[in-house]
Amino acid sequence: MRQTEGKPQAEGIHDIIRSLQHLEGPLLPILHAIQTAYDHIPEAALPLIGDALNLTRAEVHGVISFYHDFRTTPAGRHVVRLCRAEACQAVGANGVAASVLGTLGIDWHGTTGDGRITVEPVYCLGLCACGPAAMVNGKVIGRTDAARIGRELEGLT
Amino acid sequence: MSRPLIKVYVPLDSAARALGADDVADAILREAEARDLSIELIRTGTRGMIWLEPLVEVDRGKGRIAYGPVTPDSVPAIFDGSADPLGPVEAIPFFARQTRLTFARCGVIDPLSLPDYETHGGLIGLRRALTMTPEAMVEEVKTSGLRGRGGAGFPTGIKWDTVRLTEADRKYIVCNADEGDSGTFADRMIMEGDPFCLIEGMIIAGLATGATRGFVYIRSEYPDAIAIMDRAIRIARETGLLGLDILGSGQTFEMEIRIGAGAYVCGEETSLLNSLEGKRGVVRAKPPLPALKGVFGKPTVVNNVISLATVPVIFEKGAAHYADFGLGRSRGTMPIQIAGNVAHGGLFETAFGMPLGDLVNDIGGGTASDRPVKAVQVGGPLGAYFAPHQFDTPFGYEDFDAEGGLIGHAGIVVFDDSADMLSMARFAMEFCAVESCGKCTPCRIGAVRGVETIDRIAAGDRAAPALLTDLCDTMRDGSLCALGGFTPYPVMSALRLFPDDFGLTTEAAE
Repeated sequence: MRQTEGKPQAEGIHDIIRSLQHLEGPLLPILHAIQTAYDHIPEAALPLIGDALNLTRAEVHGVISFYHDFRTTPAGRHVVRLCRAEACQAVGANGVAASVLGTLGIDWHGTTGDGRITVEPVYCLGLCACGPAAMVNGKVIGRTDAARIGRELEGLT
Repeated sequence: MSRPLIKVYVPLDSAARALGADDVADAILREAEARDLSIELIRTGTRGMIWLEPLVEVDRGKGRIAYGPVTPDSVPAIFDGSADPLGPVEAIPFFARQTRLTFARCGVIDPLSLPDYETHGGLIGLRRALTMTPEAMVEEVKTSGLRGRGGAGFPTGIKWDTVRLTEADRKYIVCNADEGDSGTFADRMIMEGDPFCLIEGMIIAGLATGATRGFVYIRSEYPDAIAIMDRAIRIARETGLLGLDILGSGQTFEMEIRIGAGAYVCGEETSLLNSLEGKRGVVRAKPPLPALKGVFGKPTVVNNVISLATVPVIFEKGAAHYADFGLGRSRGTMPIQIAGNVAHGGLFETAFGMPLGDLVNDIGGGTASDRPVKAVQVGGPLGAYFAPHQFDTPFGYEDFDAEGGLIGHAGIVVFDDSADMLSMARFAMEFCAVESCGKCTPCRIGAVRGVETIDRIAAGDRAAPALLTDLCDTMRDGSLCALGGFTPYPVMSALRLFPDDFGLTTEAAE
């Protein structure tokens, strides 16, 4: 649920910060909530978070840049995550990835030119007995291949 | 609607969902409606036989009969009675050979039904713990021989005792659910299939150590586990299992979920604590031990999901019952996860001591590709590779250590003879480079140099293997945590066991 819909960004970010600030160690929950609302962490959020939590902008940036999940620019409209870990490699994940990336003409972390699809590596989805594993817009897929990923993306604009 | 109620059990576990369980559940509801049959559809965890997922169980009043793998198209045949059943799950050899203690309820009950949980032995352990002194509770865990199931194998009772004996105005229980190791999914399975078991274990840990607050740090790659744990915690709060008056005892324990952000290193306990505090997930030097100075500077128990989820059964059946299983100093059972290129992949909970080869060939049924097994990696991306000539190694902490490996979180990843071990070694270094927190030099720079050195070996540089060995020694001895310290395990075991893949004769490798 996007609690920030229709509000100016700064106000929406303030609301998120206010609603989570009481937690012990609130920074990660705040960053997750902002990313859920805006699909990335806007530059404008840094000083707001810093002010609220008594951190410097650099400290907030340091945390954002440490974690693979946090983005500072929006991803494509659809996100494909392909597992690259050993168990999936044992059943052909590298071939699946090469094929998906080749078809889309992008590299890992890349987004197609039309902004439609982003492909990200993931190191284990816990689907190690039914690999190769993937996640398309949050939906888990086991024993996948490039054709299956193609079918999942079909019709998505 | 006059016929007896038919109960149909379909897993909601994410592995089952990844193989189409939701579509199967929809098809079952549609088919029942079309036939005007009254059924009760119950979503459960998985029984752990992933190659049979989606595995559906049907109880027509005479016990649960399993079918699998089920597709939406095969649903009508189940209703017709013309589908081939697998029989009762308990009679399937993969299941029948297990000793299910920690996972006794997983796949059996509705994970979010507290009454179901209690009917199947839940809360007996906690009720018993509430009659005991903290000292006696810790003693019970020590007697059980339970060791940390996250990988390090540290005795859980001793860790708890340190926290119990440390005076502080506030103490914490932190559950490490940052299960990032490839080939492991036991934490995910129990959180999705029996979340109250983990909650009960954390409450007992709190009572035993004087901690009143708990965090479950779950990796973001597990959205289903996060959602189910979150709902289970809410239910536990509403029913007075959590809060200011646990089961009317006057004791307090409150807990919440925290979500990771894609950093593998946060599975390391001190890095996890920094992450919980909202910092970069950089490893902390030890000492101080987290038991003395953990999250927010307070005494903290950091335990793996399986360690904590095993506590209730220890209190339910008694420490001696648990310790009766196992071998040597590896007591009790271990949920072994068999994965990768394997015919019968899944979770196999058994007493310590079963030879590795039995797990791979007998239980796992060999490779899924029907080709010979070349290697298995045990214990995740930081675990050593084992070759078939080592398959008589019994599954235990000390036995694997003696073979130059580790059991870690007990994941076994099987590779067939098409695997190229040089590229697996290179991947181990690459992964370490991507995931290094950057605090210590051997890991941060060593992993990058490791990739380069393996590339030199691939290019035929005869001096490079000695350099790689030297680099691995430095990483192993000089890294702050297991990421840099253990990456040499897969690298060196691959080099030692498969010199041909590195373009070396056996002599040159030694």
